[in-house]
Amino acid sequence: MAVIVVRDLFSAAMLFAIYSLLSAALFVVLDAGDVALTEAAVGAGISTILILAVLTLTRRFEHPVKTLHWPALSVVTITGICLLWAVSDLPEFGNPQNPVHQHVAPYYIEQSYPDMGVPNMVAAVLAGYRAFDTFGEVIVIFTAGLAVFSLLSVRPKKRAEEPDEERES
Amino acid sequence: MRDNGILRVIARFLIPLIMLFALYIQFHGDYSPGGGFQAGVMFAAAWILFVLIYGLPAGLAVIPERAMFVLSAAGALLYAFIGLLGVALGGKFLDYAPLLEDPHSAQQAGIILVEFGVGVTVASVIMLIFTMFARRRGEFDGQGVRGDDD
Amino acid sequence: MDLLGHYNYWIVVILMMAGFYAVIARGNMVKKIIGLNIFQTSVFILFISAGKIIGGSTPILRKGVEVYSNPLPHVLILTAIVVGVATTAVGLALAVRIREAYGSIEDDLLIEALDPPQEPSETEQ
Repeated sequence: MAVIVVRDLFSAAMLFAIYSLLSAALFVVLDAGDVALTEAAVGAGISTILILAVLTLTRRFEHPVKTLHWPALSVVTITGICLLWAVSDLPEFGNPQNPVHQHVAPYYIEQSYPDMGVPNMVAAVLAGYRAFDTFGEVIVIFTAGLAVFSLLSVRPKKRAEEPDEERES
Repeated sequence: MRDNGILRVIARFLIPLIMLFALYIQFHGDYSPGGGFQAGVMFAAAWILFVLIYGLPAGLAVIPERAMFVLSAAGALLYAFIGLLGVALGGKFLDYAPLLEDPHSAQQAGIILVEFGVGVTVASVIMLIFTMFARRRGEFDGQGVRGDDD
Repeated sequence: MDLLGHYNYWIVVILMMAGFYAVIARGNMVKKIIGLNIFQTSVFILFISAGKIIGGSTPILRKGVEVYSNPLPHVLILTAIVVGVATTAVGLALAVRIREAYGSIEDDLLIEALDPPQEPSETEQ
């Protein structure tokens, strides 16, 4: 939550990197090895370096916010309370009898080695049973590269001065 | 940052290690956590570390931008090619069973090739995105801030 | 209400609301993008914690382990993380372009720059 309050965006980026790393550690504790690796590499590595790269191109400090933004705070609080109330209907944490573990997952857990011969169940599902979704994901990341290229390949016009220099008050 | 001795020594030690580890994760995705995405991101991170220490022209001399364009498309095309190979040999799209005789080997071969395509595309796209941002910094004639070290 | 059984969901909701507040209440675009990423990561925690079985372990087949955690949420979240970084990269590229075209990435200054008041506050035409 310090990410919201702090005005120095460099510190915000560093706090975000710490947050990503902590969530990656949380994923390890929650037995998600592949996801922890990906989140640690992507969140604490790539996202942070891209934010820092953008910070060198824009201002480092954001403008001071004078008061707490009350409409936003009320929307957030109401949404939070509704979500907390809805969450109490979810099954409890870690129970093996949860519905999410009942129907499709036991098939994958038992059959992925006899079908595929690959011990890593996550990779077997990702590239074997659900390979088409992974294909879509490759296309998504390729499109993102294409979009960034098309946005940033136009040469920037040189600007003489900055109009928002005197707006600090 | 080229003149900073500590960073240079550590980078010289770490960058090959990270690239080797990325290759290990790429090809051991069957037996340990890993696979295409993780390996691609780590390889790109090693290259970004190189660029941070030695500068963007040195980085682009190692992996030129045209190579990044070609490789990003090549990875996705490899994935599609493996899928169409399944169709050509008599199965469904992305069906690995008709590739080899032994069903386990066919699945493993298909998965390794597909993950390799994914890894190549992810690595080259992330390197391309970083190059786009970093080159913008060089051309932009505005106010600069230090934000590049982490 | 079974509070202690759901503590993981409480954490998720708190993080989600923090990210949500950063997206709507702050004017700086980079901070909005950071808030969006916080939101995304909290959703990942939601899915992964829903897939965990207490007493299970990582879903990689090996000797000596009987109970595995559910591998299906892991697959979903793996794709979602990569899509998240793609979205972040495109959003940051847009922020850079907006900065160059209008001179700032704060919401209030952008509103003034888009419908110009009496003094010219944009330098591009």
